[in-house]
Amino acid sequence: MSTATQNLSGAPAAEERLSPSEREERAMSEFAHHFGAYTATNLESCIHCGMCADACHFYIATEDPKYTPILKAEPFKQAYRRESGAFAPFYKLLGLKKKVTVDELEEWQELLFDSCSQCGRCSLICPMGIEVAEMIEIGRRGMAAAGLAPKALMDRARHQAETGQPEESEKPYPEVLREIGKEHDLEVKLDKDKADILVCLPRTDLDQNPESVAAMIKIFDRLGADYTFRSDALIAENYGYYAGSRGLQKRITSRITDAAKKLGASLVIVPECGHAYTALRWQAAEILGERLPFRVRHVTEFLAEQLEAGKLKLSKVNGDTFAFHDPCQLVRKGGIMDAPRQLMDAMDVDLREMHNKKGFSFCCGGGGGVNDLESAKDLRNRAQTMKLREIDDTGAKRFLTSCSDCRVSFNEAGENQDWNKKTESLIELVATQIKE
Amino acid sequence: MTLLEFSRGPMLHFALFVFVFAVLWRLISTFMLGWRKRKSEWRTTSGSSAVKGAIAVGNRSWPHPEFLERTAFGEAVGYGYHIGLFAIILLGAPHVIFWKNLFGISATWWPTIPSGIIHVISVVTIFLLLIATIRRYMHPPLRRISNFDDWFTLVILFGLMISGVMAVFGLGGRYEIILAVHIISFNVLLIWFPFSKLMHAFYILPARFFIGYTHAKKGAST
Repeated sequence: MSTATQNLSGAPAAEERLSPSEREERAMSEFAHHFGAYTATNLESCIHCGMCADACHFYIATEDPKYTPILKAEPFKQAYRRESGAFAPFYKLLGLKKKVTVDELEEWQELLFDSCSQCGRCSLICPMGIEVAEMIEIGRRGMAAAGLAPKALMDRARHQAETGQPEESEKPYPEVLREIGKEHDLEVKLDKDKADILVCLPRTDLDQNPESVAAMIKIFDRLGADYTFRSDALIAENYGYYAGSRGLQKRITSRITDAAKKLGASLVIVPECGHAYTALRWQAAEILGERLPFRVRHVTEFLAEQLEAGKLKLSKVNGDTFAFHDPCQLVRKGGIMDAPRQLMDAMDVDLREMHNKKGFSFCCGGGGGVNDLESAKDLRNRAQTMKLREIDDTGAKRFLTSCSDCRVSFNEAGENQDWNKKTESLIELVATQIKE
Repeated sequence: MTLLEFSRGPMLHFALFVFVFAVLWRLISTFMLGWRKRKSEWRTTSGSSAVKGAIAVGNRSWPHPEFLERTAFGEAVGYGYHIGLFAIILLGAPHVIFWKNLFGISATWWPTIPSGIIHVISVVTIFLLLIATIRRYMHPPLRRISNFDDWFTLVILFGLMISGVMAVFGLGGRYEIILAVHIISFNVLLIWFPFSKLMHAFYILPARFFIGYTHAKKGAST
């Protein structure tokens, strides 16, 4: 079964009823929303040098040219040239640029979702300075508008917009959170009416890494912070962003921003989750069309600030050697270059850097919703193999990162490949080393 | 009117008109599409981001060391023929005379490279263009993303370079005819330029500036 068929057949009723021409119109209308001068300059600048392929983990791992990043943005490029470029009337009149068809969109679904984790490494290599990753992101938005985003992502986005959590869980997440607190003998500050800080959590940590959740509680307690978790705004991930749906992303974002406003919070803490950081730190204000009345900080950023202010004291770790994976959305795209290393320095971590580090780090292979796509499993495993080798090459005994989605990806890769390392959370390490 | 007179008379003027008008049209159309005011809390001020944008305009010319292992050959070839083309066009004595006549200026201080060296540069540039063409065909990602624009631009460049070398070395028939073919190739290049990837000569500045500027605002890697 092709990816497109699989997703079309599983799409919800309203979108199943869309005719091919309606899908095309919706995609085109979404593309048109993004036809600004900045995007146009990006689209006009490509010299077809193919260098972006040399930055992409999916191309490097497979050597398949269809994974060339700029190729993934082709439907969007084509739409721009035909509808909005300088010579659009001329191209239309002579039939030089064909309309983007539903068949092409379906063909591109795998390229836009399965084989792009939106890591942005391609944007760094481009000699013209094209923001390739953003062009691909707009491609995703067109697909979502046309009802052609993968069902696995769209279903979760809808569910999250409706209920606050991306899918049904055995127990509601606020209850899971309370149980984690009980198990670790920690007081869970949940649903306070007023607080200075709103703290969110990754769903993956609530499901798979309760120690990370406990670590967050422990750290904020030790810092004596005036904070709360909110049942209505607990989950940090934004599946609307993964799926490319502006409408759903906005609704999911609003859950957190509305809760923060009600609380009178001056700060929202994004936990160890890279894409949640992009969605809230860099896209929330843009998608809502207003400045946010509070700051948004990743937990490592916040802790580095506390360290600098002398409020956070950390003890030294033992003599183990560590490697650290820089999550793409936090570091390369998010600008959190130094905070994780400031924390590691404070704990005297013996860090063995990878060849591709900080802004140049290779993706874990599972970001951007790729972890959630069964159809992408083989491809992401191939990219992960390359990454695991790079980690091993450092010679470090232990392995840290600061993104729960990356942890999911590394854990899957580790299981598949009998890897001898466990992926650890930087926040858990901080919680272990925090002084009274 | 001979072919040579036509090529450097009405055809050249027409080509220059198309070039100037269409280049301006394309650039203005792009920048008139509007700018979205961003509302996020930035890490840096607009002023310092603009400085970083300007730095990125220069910095992007030199690849990051992390990528060099995979891109060095392609970059060397690319740089090689670009430098060759610029040297020939801007510093070759016949071209300098051509520009002076065309624009009616007398810049006696403008340097020229001795013709022997220009001949060597011309042959090397053709050779590098040939490698770039073969690579475009052989390298899987390059081949996959190449379109008519890429191949037609190469055809024009080869026509221009080969006719130029033939004119200089007196190859292939009457000098006037070969020279006319050379100038016609140049005119075709001028007409094709605004509609093609050759526009990167202009877009390179804003595109690099924008990525430098927007990434600096987020503190992201540039």
